[in-house]
Amino acid sequence: MIELISEARCTECNICVAVCPTNVFQAVPDSPPIIARQGDCQTCFMCELYCPVDALFVAHDANDPAVVDEGQLIASAALGSYRKAIGWTPGSRAQRGIDQSFKLTEPH
Amino acid sequence: MANALSNAAGSIQFDADVLVIGGGPAGSWAACSAASAGARVILVDKGYCGSSGATAPSGTGVWYVQPDAAKREAAMASRDALGGFLADRSWMRRVLDRTYDNVNLLAEWGYPFPSDETGQERRTNLKGPEYMRLMRRRVREAGVKILDHSPALELLVDENGAVAGAMGVRRQEGENWVVRAPAVVIATGGCAFLSKALGCNVLTGDGHLMAAEAGADLSGMEFSNAYAISPASASVTKTLFYNWASFTDEDGHPIPGASGHHRSVIAKALLKHKVYGQIDRADPGTQAAMRLAQPNFFLPFDRAGHDPFTQRFQVILRLEGTVRGTGGLRITDNSCATSVPGLYAAGDAATRELICGGFTGGGSHNAAWAMSSGFWAGAGAADHARHRGTRAQPRQVTRAGGVALTQGPNRPFDPERATRAVQDEVFPYDKNYFRHGAVLGESLTRLDGLWHKLRIADAAAPENVVKAREAAAMVATARWMFRSALARAETRGMHKREDYPNQDAGQRHYLTSGGLDEVWTSTRLAPARDDVEVAA
Repeated sequence: MIELISEARCTECNICVAVCPTNVFQAVPDSPPIIARQGDCQTCFMCELYCPVDALFVAHDANDPAVVDEGQLIASAALGSYRKAIGWTPGSRAQRGIDQSFKLTEPH
Repeated sequence: MANALSNAAGSIQFDADVLVIGGGPAGSWAACSAASAGARVILVDKGYCGSSGATAPSGTGVWYVQPDAAKREAAMASRDALGGFLADRSWMRRVLDRTYDNVNLLAEWGYPFPSDETGQERRTNLKGPEYMRLMRRRVREAGVKILDHSPALELLVDENGAVAGAMGVRRQEGENWVVRAPAVVIATGGCAFLSKALGCNVLTGDGHLMAAEAGADLSGMEFSNAYAISPASASVTKTLFYNWASFTDEDGHPIPGASGHHRSVIAKALLKHKVYGQIDRADPGTQAAMRLAQPNFFLPFDRAGHDPFTQRFQVILRLEGTVRGTGGLRITDNSCATSVPGLYAAGDAATRELICGGFTGGGSHNAAWAMSSGFWAGAGAADHARHRGTRAQPRQVTRAGGVALTQGPNRPFDPERATRAVQDEVFPYDKNYFRHGAVLGESLTRLDGLWHKLRIADAAAPENVVKAREAAAMVATARWMFRSALARAETRGMHKREDYPNQDAGQRHYLTSGGLDEVWTSTRLAPARDDVEVAA
């Protein structure tokens, strides 16, 4: 489930409020959005992909809330790791075109 | 019971030729196709067109087969037996043709398909985030007006019973929307009963309920018990990589017959004890390909600090219901029309029996069906609107919605309680995965009782209405599923009857279902096939 909006990183663009398919976030004037409906989070990780500054973190547990430590997440490069893996960060664009699924799904 | 539209004062109102409900692959193809035919199109999504639905957070194979007679024949034949010989070759051919053209269009539009060692582009897989980001861009460039976070609540119908638009809420603005349109495409996806299967919690059967209230019927709802392997606490229901997995019990003893991903065996084991998996049969090259193919698969493991290649992890089966089943709204012609004039269905909201019969593993065929049926439904809807003429507004428009929207003598029902009650019937492996006539009958008695309680409840409060309609849609969907499952007294495709474990050549037919207060089923002939009796 979504666990973190880094206040240090958030630019209050509210893209997460727009893209979350289950409407988990709530915009707040002159402030970062809040996680208003965590129970509706389906753990799809889409908000992380669309956050342009890697301010969000979705923990792996889809059933129960978890405690996360922002300092640790930054130290372990976990913030933004999925966006990077999918090739949506400026430095990882080459990842977009190297999908190896065909090696796994087509007859060998 | 029907309320006049004038009750909906205080709403933002739009006129369009075509309204598309749902912004996943099927809806976005439908919107593009209708707009390119010259229609004025509005697309509404419950969440956000681009991130909503089962495809966006995932990766999917596509049934993309070169136009080579032998390859096409092999592609069609490969799933015949799995699907219980219910697929229709004429539909398979046209979906293969349409999918081939549409995927090539994606390449033209800039989708970053990978190349193999020989430099040839490989177009058999799509990454969900890339694909749906591209589709949103195409929808916008086509001039379609998108309303995000705008769940549809009910259809509008005219005095002749033809569809006349829909209405819903803009949940981030706290207002209502009304779209008057002579053609509506239902592309709301299937129903996974809020199981948290990846991306599936927006898929609650809303379109099935809305269409049924307007008089549409469904087909193949017995093929609705797809389950996917998932790490126990995670949402990532990608089953492909379990082809390289071994499964064990709590003590580490192998579960006989579970290797690969034999879900029936795993489901049987889960009824008795915990089950653990490990992707221990992938060589280093395969492991590397997996990481590049589906980074999302590894998120739960990386974040929990587990190595799925060297460490065991607990697994469960999450219900995917009709999302990776094949039942849905019945299609009546090549334009993906339903039985209601002006109403079309596409993607997982529609039945996929025409190309899959009674089985689909998701991806591949469903992805092909979504882009093909969406394309046809959008074109069909635009055509319908053009012939109808939008200037000739219907004299009287009424709201087709009932449950949770109309007044009743009892207090409004609690959506969460209703949801849990329906989940208690459809989640358990010994009720839905493995079905039995007596057990289905008991479930139906409870579900029918639940429906009638919801029906006599008062309209939901505005802050609860979306969840209340979702709960009602899930109850309705579960009733069509189990009534159909009871009517098919055999095992075919994914539908497994413990009391009728064999396929019965005498039941190679389609099952239509429908109705709200009274649910019914009937049979239709499956396409004639010379080879079926021999092959079955």
